[in-house]
Amino acid sequence: MKIAVLSGKGGTGKTLVSVNLACSAKKAVYADCDVEEPNGQLFLKPIITNKTSVTVTIPSIDLNKCTRCRKCITFCKYNALALINDKLMIFNEVCHSCGGCIVLCPQKAFTETSRIIGSIEEGISGNVLAVSGCLNTGEVSGVPIIKSIMSKLPKEEIVIIDCPPGSACVVMESIRSADCCVLVAEPTIFGTHNLAMVYDLVKFFNKPAGVLLNKCLDGQENPSEEFCINNKINILAKIPFDEQLGSLNSQGFISVREDNKYKELFENLLTTIEKEILQ
Amino acid sequence: MKIIIPVEGKNTDAPVCPSFGRTPFFMLFDTETQKSDFIDNAAANSQGGAGIKAAQTLVDSGAKILITYRCGQNAADVLNAGGIKIYKAENGSANDNIKKYKEEKLSVLTDIHPGFHNHGGKN
Repeated sequence: MKIAVLSGKGGTGKTLVSVNLACSAKKAVYADCDVEEPNGQLFLKPIITNKTSVTVTIPSIDLNKCTRCRKCITFCKYNALALINDKLMIFNEVCHSCGGCIVLCPQKAFTETSRIIGSIEEGISGNVLAVSGCLNTGEVSGVPIIKSIMSKLPKEEIVIIDCPPGSACVVMESIRSADCCVLVAEPTIFGTHNLAMVYDLVKFFNKPAGVLLNKCLDGQENPSEEFCINNKINILAKIPFDEQLGSLNSQGFISVREDNKYKELFENLLTTIEKEILQ
Repeated sequence: MKIIIPVEGKNTDAPVCPSFGRTPFFMLFDTETQKSDFIDNAAANSQGGAGIKAAQTLVDSGAKILITYRCGQNAADVLNAGGIKIYKAENGSANDNIKKYKEEKLSVLTDIHPGFHNHGGKN
């Protein structure tokens, strides 16, 4: 069972929820797909058992074979190629590794080479197998790293996917194989706007979804809650705006491992997810 | 010699477009004939790499001078390889900037930005 945890904006509590959900299960996998700023390891502090590089394929040109026909340049939707001064320029970081130029070239002037764009670390933290992707600084897209993380996840276990913020390609890749989505939302108008954005995304992907209202204040308006009620979206739980929880989190502790009341909160959340969204 | 400018409309009084890679048109001005031609920018709606594709169009046009407000690193690499010199545009129309160039009042664009990588656009 794969549960993706996502939100339209950063700082709503995706990692807090993901890490604590994983640690509240008997056995689980935590997958950090927020590859531009992976931070689950700060909490889980796993003993690293394996580290692998993630590579993408890029074209390399043999100018002796190239007839400058420009078929590859016209084909490339990402404009990663240019023919200047009779030489083909290849912009590696713009290339999306589709391989089209290599297939299309009538002269077979391209060969495939590979380039490292990041890495994946696997490690053990108590009952949790932590798999974390990290995109190298300056790289444009984390999608290949997320694809690689997904290929490493065991099928039979509970997998918690900590998604990147927003609703762009990296998020779509992170939720693609998920069985359900947990949307974490803040009680602000901005938070509600971003919740609406990711809600549209999960609807588009036909994923069963529920909302977790975080940072809830007693007796205060919660526009995200109103949004859920108006749109008949399942509210899975409310996490209070709690100083102790914030303090534990800010010190890099995993709340469910520190205090039974949080253990209960996240165990119940996991049960609710299994019962309510996965039915 | 040919001068090229990203412009918002197909006339010599059109303002210089703030975007280089995603400008709707380029104005190609020939200093010998004093005539202006307009080129549709095929890169305007590109998914990515608009600067690279637009720069390819410029190199193919035979222009030697580009007048623009700004230019990304990838586009600048193509333009440099193609021997196009980049000048910084000043507020006003394409015509105003051609005039200023002729009077040697424009400075060389040195502030090449790292590119927007879709963040400046609709994504």
